[in-house]
Amino acid sequence: MSEFDHRDGVSRRKVLECMTWCGTGVLWTISGGVPHSLGIMGEAQAADTRGLTFLQISDSHVGFDKPANPNALGTLEEAIAKVNALPQKPAFMIHTGDITHLSKEKEFDDADHIISQSRLDVHYVPGEHDFVDTDRKIYSERYGRAAKGHGWYSFDANGVHFIGLVNTFDLKAGGLGNLGTEQLEWLEHDVKGRSASSPIVLFAHVPLWTVYQDWGWGTDDSAQALSYLKKFGSVTVLNGHIHQVMQKVEGNVTFHTARSTAFPQPAPGTAPSPGPMKVPEDQLRKMLGIANVNFKQNEQRLAIVDSPLQG
Amino acid sequence: MLRPLIASSVLGATVGSVLAAGVLFARAEATPGTVFIDNFIFNPKAVTVKAGTTVTWTNRDDIVHGIASSNNAFKKSPAMDTDDTYSFTFTTPGTYQYFCYLHPQMVGSIVVEATTGSNATQ
Repeated sequence: MSEFDHRDGVSRRKVLECMTWCGTGVLWTISGGVPHSLGIMGEAQAADTRGLTFLQISDSHVGFDKPANPNALGTLEEAIAKVNALPQKPAFMIHTGDITHLSKEKEFDDADHIISQSRLDVHYVPGEHDFVDTDRKIYSERYGRAAKGHGWYSFDANGVHFIGLVNTFDLKAGGLGNLGTEQLEWLEHDVKGRSASSPIVLFAHVPLWTVYQDWGWGTDDSAQALSYLKKFGSVTVLNGHIHQVMQKVEGNVTFHTARSTAFPQPAPGTAPSPGPMKVPEDQLRKMLGIANVNFKQNEQRLAIVDSPLQG
Repeated sequence: MLRPLIASSVLGATVGSVLAAGVLFARAEATPGTVFIDNFIFNPKAVTVKAGTTVTWTNRDDIVHGIASSNNAFKKSPAMDTDDTYSFTFTTPGTYQYFCYLHPQMVGSIVVEATTGSNATQ
């Protein structure tokens, strides 16, 4: 038993934050709802890597050119180079939204041009920045043709059921992220009748747990969505939006947010606003990155390795 | 991400010389119909104007914002990047609640009062 095994949430969280802020890739496996640290990345890669491995990238904000990172396309390219350099080719990639900064056709084109260099299937969900074109139709035309509603869908891979949700369309005044009735009904129907032993991965842009209400970092009706997943033994929720790594384990559900490939945002409450955070040039790539997720079949275990672009 | 309190010439040129006094400070309540976005806050949060006044929002954050009426009572803005402005002329008296459609925790209101005397439009 490691020192991280006890159920003191505060100290576990502190350890997590320390290790992620230090910029070290850390492998976490989840067994019985309790995370076990297996050490730094070298050790992690030496561990069993059979099963399904996929990647998460997020918040590429192609088109962003402000002081926090004048070249967001360049750092996306670095992230994809990192993907291509992985010793084990992932099965596919998910992108948890804010592909673009201003929903312009050229921004989507530029993002596609870089991301396609990974030669991986990519499953997208939209961020709020992907819905700011006047008619809010470019994202749906490009990525949502086979999806329901404004872009939600599910698929299966290696016995794992993946569900991509949209919580960035038609946001309500004073609210947080929002799924809406139609999508919730679809979700309830989508998981009904599935075996409780089937691992579930739920992914969406805005966190499906309240990270920080004052900054809108949560989803109004996420509790309703999660109530449909209570019977499942392994539920993993992957989000973006907050441009930093956060993790929480609650019962059978592991919540995790990925770094951005574009610019960092401040830790909750540490700045006047959640806007882009300007850091010294030599620090930027330590705060951007990708996430590698591994399922070990028949073990109900999950491992997430967050790798910064540098350091 | 901290933006200077003294407005750039771009901003001054965009919103017009009428704001010359107001743009020196983040609190610009003195100029009716002017709302700045600073650090994800509409400033001032509540604005009262006479019917027929054009309200202009200016985004001074390093991130995109967008103005939308809470009940579709006025036309929403396009996406507003840094230093972009959006203007809407309110002709009908009433209270207009609005929010940022990218960051809905950002809310504000425009109270439009009827004009009095011969210039009344409503």
